[in-house]
Amino acid sequence: MGSALDVHRLHFAFTVTYHYLFPQLTMGLALLLVVLKTMALRTGRDHYNRSARFWAKIFGINFALGVVTGIPMEFQFGTNWAEFSKAAGGVIGQTLGMEGLFSFFLESTFLGLFLFGEKKLGPIGHWFAAFFVFAGSWMSGYLIVATDAWMQHPTGYQLSQRGDIELSSFWGLLLNPWALWQYAHNMLGAVQTGCFVMAAVGAFYQLTNREINFGKTFIRIGVTVGVIAALLQLAPTGDMQGKMVSHYQPATLAAMEGLFETQNGAPLAILGQPDVAKRQLENPLQVPNLLSFLTYRRWNANVRGLEAFPEDQWPDRIELLYYSYHIMVGLGTLFIAIMAVSAFLLWRGKLFESRWMLWLIMLSVPLPYIANTAGWMTAELGRQPWLIYGLMRTVHGASPRVGAGSAWFSLLGFMGMYSILSMLWLFLIYREIAHGPSHETELLTQATTPVAAH
Amino acid sequence: METIWFCLVAVMIATYVLLDGFDLGAGAIHFLVAKTREQRRQVLASIGPVWDGNEVWLLAAGGALYFAFPALYASGFSGFYLPLMIVLWLLILRGIAVEFRNHLKSDVWVPLWDFVFFAASTLLAIFYGVALANVVRGVPLDGSGYFFEPLWTNFRLSDQTGILDWYTVIVGVLALLVLMMHGGLWVQYKTDGAVSKRAAKVTEFAWWGVLTMTALVTFVTFRVQPQVNENFRTWPVGYILPLLAGAGLAGVQIELRRKNQLNAFFSSCAYLLGMLTSVVFGVYPMVLPARDPSFSLTVQGAKAGAYGLRVGLFWWVIGMILATTYFVILYRSFAGKVAAQAEETVPRD
Repeated sequence: MGSALDVHRLHFAFTVTYHYLFPQLTMGLALLLVVLKTMALRTGRDHYNRSARFWAKIFGINFALGVVTGIPMEFQFGTNWAEFSKAAGGVIGQTLGMEGLFSFFLESTFLGLFLFGEKKLGPIGHWFAAFFVFAGSWMSGYLIVATDAWMQHPTGYQLSQRGDIELSSFWGLLLNPWALWQYAHNMLGAVQTGCFVMAAVGAFYQLTNREINFGKTFIRIGVTVGVIAALLQLAPTGDMQGKMVSHYQPATLAAMEGLFETQNGAPLAILGQPDVAKRQLENPLQVPNLLSFLTYRRWNANVRGLEAFPEDQWPDRIELLYYSYHIMVGLGTLFIAIMAVSAFLLWRGKLFESRWMLWLIMLSVPLPYIANTAGWMTAELGRQPWLIYGLMRTVHGASPRVGAGSAWFSLLGFMGMYSILSMLWLFLIYREIAHGPSHETELLTQATTPVAAH
Repeated sequence: METIWFCLVAVMIATYVLLDGFDLGAGAIHFLVAKTREQRRQVLASIGPVWDGNEVWLLAAGGALYFAFPALYASGFSGFYLPLMIVLWLLILRGIAVEFRNHLKSDVWVPLWDFVFFAASTLLAIFYGVALANVVRGVPLDGSGYFFEPLWTNFRLSDQTGILDWYTVIVGVLALLVLMMHGGLWVQYKTDGAVSKRAAKVTEFAWWGVLTMTALVTFVTFRVQPQVNENFRTWPVGYILPLLAGAGLAGVQIELRRKNQLNAFFSSCAYLLGMLTSVVFGVYPMVLPARDPSFSLTVQGAKAGAYGLRVGLFWWVIGMILATTYFVILYRSFAGKVAAQAEETVPRD
């Protein structure tokens, strides 16, 4: 069973990590498209409509890949995690079912109208189409985060006589306090991906001396929204998320921070390599007392280290968990620095001449993807060894009859398929960027053309 | 309450089959009805703005199945692991083929995606038929409530069944023919010119195939799954469902003779609905029959907690009203025929 379980875990980890590369941009861009359409309405300038049309094309390609890689996620609960589904489907099936009914129908309908209905709908109608696409994708985000939050911190349930986990409070499930903070934190991450991508394309145009005016607009919007998102990512959302973990998953907090010993005035590890066998952090670079302060707002507070918990309650991939968390926090800090300096230069009117800063913005584009991925890895590795925290262990959740051979078969299949999708994505997105927004003069009116050709 | 949910999930799956069925059918007949690149664009354009919304019904039905009957979701999906994974890959390929084909006008790009669209749609149609047949025939469930089916064993209806055996393959062929007819009727209605004419011919051919195969499959199904026989005997009112299917199939021919393509398409929907509800009626109260009947999963055994089912009904009704509204908006804004554009001359046949 051991090896099959590992393949099932890798299967879900791989497919969900890959899938989330697309929705994070979709959700971030959806907000920025509403911003662009709002500016078009307020200024009446075609410049913003063309910008919106350009980003809508990139959005469309990205959205399609998000849809096709998303379908396997819902089904994998049943195929690879049958025991989990059987026990908890009555609860998490609610949020997943609602996602289909309330988000996907909304998104799929209004995306078509947004992409092809600009002329028919008129400026206000088209704004609403953009808004509904945004609302649909952000609602979808909430229902997925609520599903995950329930696994992190189950609420609104009871155990039936059969031993199944039953829903006992609909609003308890939907308004899980964990979900609210996780959602805010997660969506700011998605907004940062959208902002960095938009600003990086703008910087690319500046540095290659083309599409100058559009490039400036993209940078301006990306940096302005980006600096707000980067700050909110740290506080209050990141801070509150950390408090949730310290309160409900104290062993996870210790593992994330690489804290093996319980101590008063615990230090915050900035760098260092955890050695789990020796129960110590190698080459540590630490800020004294800071962890105690961040967790309990008291410099000398007692923070429990991993030694305070039985080993069978330790997360089973402590090293990976530690690095994921530190990469996320490190990059998040870097984003605040990049965005704050850019915003300052923008305010002083010097950003477009600061080529070094434009280079930095352009080259930063993979980083928010890495930070978002690392953040999710922190959440999911931190939840281990539980599948549903405190209720069901991961070892008890997989499908009993699906062997390692079958799981490898489909995992390798997905890896092959997704390699091809990656190449297609890069190729098509590059074409759109090379094509540029200044050609976006004609309105796409034909509702009968699936995706516009150039 | 669980019977209500059984019906609601069945309705959602049927809606998926009716809607995405014509997308898949259009894909299966892609090369038969469209001979030039422009004509193929026409076929794709007839489903372009709606296929994604249609596919959402699969996700929505999956979600409803998940929370209403978690044990069925767990047992069925893990037992059908291999074919489901293949179906997921085919859905990915079909989706990107439709979305990406028109991005480039290259002579290698367009034909490649045309072929992927055709192949993925055809295989999906067959696999859906095979999947349904597996449920009707029963699966090797045991006392644990789980099973795992290999793709094939010896193609016989023994205790160690595979996904593919003679019965499921026959139903797979029927499914392909049905969706070719269904998609043919859609394409015929949504396009004009040569494509529409050729779609009419394909539909005519498929119709006779559907008639023959329906008779054959009905005949063998009553022998393969004894519960079907028993249910129709106990509640003869159920015969109304196969009658609906028969009337729908006849309606397709009659409406086509009257040149009413839209009504012919709706008749085909009635046929599909009649067939699917007959199956559901035939196996009830089982949701997943086992080869050994004592291990079958029933509505009672697979249902979720009572509170969850009750609260689910509230949001389901609200969600359904919204979804229906969106679909009316979507199909209205996409009303009318997809014309061939003048950039290529349309050959007459």
